[in-house]
Amino acid sequence: MQPFRKLTGIAAPLPLVNVDTDQIIPAKWLKTIERTGLGRGLFESLRYREDGSENPDFVLNREPYRRAVILITGENFGCGSSREHAPWALLDFGIRCIIAPSFADIFFNNCFKNGILPIVLPQETVDLLMHEAESAPEPVFTVDLEEQLVQRPSGNEPIRFEVDPFKRQCLLEGLDDIGLTLQKLAKIEAFERSQRLQQPWLWPSAA
Amino acid sequence: MSGPKTLFDKIWDSHVVDVQEDGTCLLYIDRHLVHEVTSPQAFAGLRAAGRKVHRPETVLAVPDHNVPTTDRSRGIPDPTSRIQVETLRRNCAEFGITLFDMDDVRQGIVHVIGPEQGFTLPGTIVVCGDSHTSTHGAFGALAFGIGTSEVEHVLATQTLLQKRPKTMRILVVGELGFGVSAKDVILGIIGRIGTAGGTGHVIEYAGPVIEALSMEGRMTVCNMSIEAGARAGLVAPDGKTFAWLRGRPMAPKGALWEQAVAYWRTLPSDPGARYDREVVIDASELEPMVTWGTSPQDVVPITGRVPDPARERDEKRRAAMERALAYMGLEPGMPMEEIRIDKVFIGSCTNARLEDLRAAAEVVRKSGLEVAPNVQALVVPGSGLVKHQAEEEGLDRIFVEAGFEWREPGCSMCLAMNADRLQPGERCASTSNRNFEGRQGKGGRTHLMSPAMAAAAALTGRLTDVRKLVA
Ligand code: SF4
Repeated sequence: MQPFRKLTGIAAPLPLVNVDTDQIIPAKWLKTIERTGLGRGLFESLRYREDGSENPDFVLNREPYRRAVILITGENFGCGSSREHAPWALLDFGIRCIIAPSFADIFFNNCFKNGILPIVLPQETVDLLMHEAESAPEPVFTVDLEEQLVQRPSGNEPIRFEVDPFKRQCLLEGLDDIGLTLQKLAKIEAFERSQRLQQPWLWPSAA
Repeated sequence: MSGPKTLFDKIWDSHVVDVQEDGTCLLYIDRHLVHEVTSPQAFAGLRAAGRKVHRPETVLAVPDHNVPTTDRSRGIPDPTSRIQVETLRRNCAEFGITLFDMDDVRQGIVHVIGPEQGFTLPGTIVVCGDSHTSTHGAFGALAFGIGTSEVEHVLATQTLLQKRPKTMRILVVGELGFGVSAKDVILGIIGRIGTAGGTGHVIEYAGPVIEALSMEGRMTVCNMSIEAGARAGLVAPDGKTFAWLRGRPMAPKGALWEQAVAYWRTLPSDPGARYDREVVIDASELEPMVTWGTSPQDVVPITGRVPDPARERDEKRRAAMERALAYMGLEPGMPMEEIRIDKVFIGSCTNARLEDLRAAAEVVRKSGLEVAPNVQALVVPGSGLVKHQAEEEGLDRIFVEAGFEWREPGCSMCLAMNADRLQPGERCASTSNRNFEGRQGKGGRTHLMSPAMAAAAALTGRLTDVRKLVA
């Protein structure tokens, strides 16, 4: 996983609530056996018209937002399915940070596993940032994970955000959790020995 | 933690392998279900890192999302779907995982076959790379959906890193009226608490109405916990749970069964156990429910009307409603019963078990009607075994003679990854769980409801109060 320390770039405003994973990446794109190449399907039904041409009204089809690396959006972003194709599609498009008042749980976790930082901020603050993303001539923001600050194009006071310390560390270092967990193999095996004694029915081979 | 514990606390606490300084727990995973869509990249990751599956015997795999529901003798025509199913087959062979392949009578929707086989057991933690894993909570298992990176983590380590969620109890009191089913209960709950109402929580459903539900009904309720935003849904195991599981192929047998049941009886929440949030729903007030919009919370009783966004005070909510109505092609104030439909889908992990098919067939039989002209109605059983048993009972004949199509098991038109899908603008009465834009095919319009209500809609060609047809 690519580490996430400091990200500077365009932020795109997407003022919709309850954006679900079917909107982020429709089911037909889930047939892939790869993690890459899904950027083309990102927000497909919003981004393209019936005939396959780009919908010029959609934010990610407009300059400068085509180059967005940050998305600012409404509450309950990523609700619906567990498909990790949603963060894969965002990442493949170039989005590495999403700012919203709230996220659906599974999507939120999936982001961290892919080097995407989801930031939760109060609605009023998100509204403020959304406004800057819409109106600044060059809506360039900097998200600094080390300092936990979002610097805005207006140059006004940076916004502080909270993030789970363990998840932050993993992102900063680009850590692979499987490797970390396998270091605890002795503990896992000790747990297994005890469960096997106490709940032998879960261990058919012990019967 | 001592003092009274909830069912959730008991399961969680008995699965903690390690706790990090910040409170993140390493949880042991007992059972892992795998399907073809969310697993290929996980297996590829294992292979790339030279890792093995830690306990292959705790993993059960099945292709369900991409499989055709018509004649399977010629395999899967769509090459991308075929590659995904073949990849699952290869991965299972390579990593030593049990697979119920397409020609196996035990094949079906992953959340139908887990319980059916007795693979899902009370007091366990069950995961799957699929959000509707919450279904298995009906057995008093902590069951939740995970992403593909987590699938890989569980395969490699038999554990997951998790923060302890909050708990919420939804007490369903009163009594279900005539024609009101488990699906109406959960749609009613989501209408009340909203699609983000359960975010960060595990919901325990309790109270007389939940106790009175069959295991199938409890699965329907737990299934849609994710539509309420919750991580998982749970129901305390009881005599009904044990009777349902007894003798299932993968359930414990003999002395182990007795020992397991003795343990399972200790699982229900202790009196006085505390929840972070409590909600009480009076089921006596519920009617058969239908959705009008593009979110499962957009729900009204069938006797109601399409709501008017102009009366919504919250600006964001109003915009969402207007967008939903435009997509659904509906006018505010229109009676729900006047909405005409093109397709009917009776299926999905929410409502494709035997009891659901019986409920739908009962409406067909009692009404004596046939599928309305210009309506295509699919019945897609949840598994090969459900299909077989339904055929033993003659349900297939009731459906086919009335003009329904009787299909092979799979996810089918729930998410349109196979050939079963809506065309743009088509409207469907569906027993599935999501009415998102494009969920059942690009431009397709979905109304969620119970199997009995979907059967009624098929027969009249419009959304219909089933109570009128079977009274
Ligand atoms: S039936 Fe629908 S909701 Fe259930 S697992 Fe299949 S696609 Fe998902």
